[in-house]
Amino acid sequence: MIGEIVDWFTSSANWQGADGVPTRVLQHLGYVLLALVLASVIAVPIGLYVGHTGRGGVLLVGSGNVIRALPTLGLVTFLFLLFTDSDVAAIIGLVVLAIPPILAGTYAGLQAVDRAVVDAAEGMGMRGGQRLWQIEVPIALPLVLGGVRNAVLQLVATAAVAAYVGLGGLGRYLLDGLAILDYGEVAAGAILTALLAIVLDIVLATIQRALVPRGVRLAEAGTKKEVEA
Amino acid sequence: MSFLDELGQYLGSANNREQIVDTLAEHCYLALLPLVLGIVLAIAIGWLGRAWPRARGVILVLANLVYTIPSLALFVVIPSLIGTKMLDSINVVVALTLYTAALLVRPVLDALDAVPPAVIASATAMGYRPARRFLTVELPLAVPVLAAGVRVASVSNISLVSVGALIGVGGLGVLFTDGFQREYFSPIVVGIVLTLLLALVVDLLLVLLRRLLTPWDRTPAPVKTEVAA
Amino acid sequence: MGIEFRGVTKKYPDGTVAVDDLNLTIEDGTITVFVGPSGCGKTTSLRMINRMVEPTSGTILLDGADVRDSDAALLRRGIGYVIQHAGLFPHRTVLSNVATVPLLSGWDKRKARERAAELLETVGLPAELGKRYPAQLSGGQQQRVGVARALAADSPVLLMDEPFSAVDPVVREGLQDELLRLQSQLGKTIVFVTHDIDEAVRLGDKVAVLRVGGRLAQYGTPADVLRHPVDDFVAGFVGKDRGYRGLSFLSAGDVLVEDVPTVRVGGAPGESADWRLAVNDEGEPRGWLPPSSTVDGELSESDLVAGGSLYQQGTPIRGALDAALSSPASLGVVVDADGKAIGVVTARQVLDVIENHPQGVTR
Repeated sequence: MIGEIVDWFTSSANWQGADGVPTRVLQHLGYVLLALVLASVIAVPIGLYVGHTGRGGVLLVGSGNVIRALPTLGLVTFLFLLFTDSDVAAIIGLVVLAIPPILAGTYAGLQAVDRAVVDAAEGMGMRGGQRLWQIEVPIALPLVLGGVRNAVLQLVATAAVAAYVGLGGLGRYLLDGLAILDYGEVAAGAILTALLAIVLDIVLATIQRALVPRGVRLAEAGTKKEVEA
Repeated sequence: MSFLDELGQYLGSANNREQIVDTLAEHCYLALLPLVLGIVLAIAIGWLGRAWPRARGVILVLANLVYTIPSLALFVVIPSLIGTKMLDSINVVVALTLYTAALLVRPVLDALDAVPPAVIASATAMGYRPARRFLTVELPLAVPVLAAGVRVASVSNISLVSVGALIGVGGLGVLFTDGFQREYFSPIVVGIVLTLLLALVVDLLLVLLRRLLTPWDRTPAPVKTEVAA
Repeated sequence: MGIEFRGVTKKYPDGTVAVDDLNLTIEDGTITVFVGPSGCGKTTSLRMINRMVEPTSGTILLDGADVRDSDAALLRRGIGYVIQHAGLFPHRTVLSNVATVPLLSGWDKRKARERAAELLETVGLPAELGKRYPAQLSGGQQQRVGVARALAADSPVLLMDEPFSAVDPVVREGLQDELLRLQSQLGKTIVFVTHDIDEAVRLGDKVAVLRVGGRLAQYGTPADVLRHPVDDFVAGFVGKDRGYRGLSFLSAGDVLVEDVPTVRVGGAPGESADWRLAVNDEGEPRGWLPPSSTVDGELSESDLVAGGSLYQQGTPIRGALDAALSSPASLGVVVDADGKAIGVVTARQVLDVIENHPQGVTR
């Protein structure tokens, strides 16, 4: 087993051309980033609106739960029959599945901002937009990015599944390998997919840490200490 | 032919109906058995984390790592890790058990941390030994926090089982691969709807179960007091 | 800048009446306290002044102009606002928290920061705290920053919504003193909301007692409210100790201050059949030396019995009575503004003054 994996990784044929590791990794990454951008463009404004105004929160949480329960394979095959184009179907499916975590993170982030802080901002004469961008968003940032991290994990996993309807990326190794019973290729695909997910998660965790305002981090550390004490 | 006609024709066939019932039953088994096993595993790990605080950090990092691995990747490597055959349903059960446990470890630890120290201290003072105290005092009090995590895990499991269809064991997921290969919408739509319904029903049952398990946590009906006229 | 409530009512869509036909004039340069049990509409009344809540009917005039004629955000920038947990922005340093309103009003950055630094000093915080984040301050410090932030725009009106109720009693008293000291320098029109009658009496030039359902029960000076509650509700709310609390408004000017034998710490006390007050080289009281005590050589503080509370001459008579009652010698120590002992009073003498006062216990 290990031998087969080592053989696969050391074979130079697997590192070149349209089916080579660099191409497949970049493809997979491309789908994930494209879907992430599209999903964020849709989900972040809605999450900000709902979180800021408090209107439609129940609807948002409810529809988020329904989408979360959607079977990814069912969604992707359905969209493929509908659009008969694997790239379009897969990207739409990826976007649909990435929206709920981003929406939930954004909404939860704004909800978690201390009401007294928002009240003080309003009482000092900040207008709606100033309050949102200067106060609520910076404080909500950790949870918003938490939602983005969840979305990325979801996207890496779903992009692999979407190989079933003909999408490129690392899922190809998994499914093509299964089809010809080449377990070296299957295992290599699994390792690469898992590695991609882990690396992306670490990168985002680092960005998350860097973007959280220092004062918010101190406040969080403070509450944690109180809980632990 | 309109979709409704197609659906009527699909559901009219006794063979198809039988397949639907069979896959639904398999889906329940593949989603719920891992849920139960995962809960037990997470509680055991949580107990370990409480008893041995140094292990906590490692436990949480590992749980996060397992959760990061894309589903298809985990499904395909399980057979070579535990020596089962590719088409064995055990593979899906093991993979989903791991996911469930990984998802629940943090809620379990948080829930156990949230048990008031005074309650634990008074149980100890009354002569409970640690194991019994854990099972009869700490664990029941952790149920409310734990229940929220279990609900998320159940929805996630029910949705993930379908991916197993790509390795030949997928409950309702088989309807998706079937529909895809025959370019036939009906099985896919039926599969999606049944998956969502199953998620909803299980979720309601879990809410009910949580209420039954935590009679102290309900808002009591207002006790009638005599009101002077 | 005076504030006037004219027939102000706030009704919520669910039918609850938070404020019911409130008519009230708040005078320029005074501290007016809204006090009452929860649900009496005191916070709602306060929040209608800066339009955080809009009245259902009636008018609120700020310096003669209807508050609804101004843009809400601009109006609020011109009114200081302090709330219970301070509501500091956790992601901004103390200094930029304080500079918030000047920056909103378009001041340049340097000027706003200078102003903020100045205000930290005004509220008694060291300048180094300016670089810290709110999470790094104590509750009392956070509340001071909240006050500084409200003062930053130099607005003539300050709204304070239970600003001190989340800090512990000792810190609270310090903050109250600080507010009175600030007010003596700044002369703002302050509207202050609290549920604590002691705080209301301590801080208010005028006190408005509100009852549940948002009706004004009584409006007057603290002494008035304590001495002549208009009905059982107000009497019940101001509490059982109101007779004693009323002493806070009676001057002790007529109380006879008697001389008392003193001994110096570090000196040789000799012997005496009376209680003697021990003072240090500055003349400040250190404790009492009981009758017939024998001291070998120099008098040290360990030979003394701890004293009671001190009464500073010129402050209300409540302090004089307390000094007499808490003293081991039954003699209340009177000190001057520098803390030097100038004599003693007895409870008997204090009570005589109270009983012979022409209006009883009123200001």
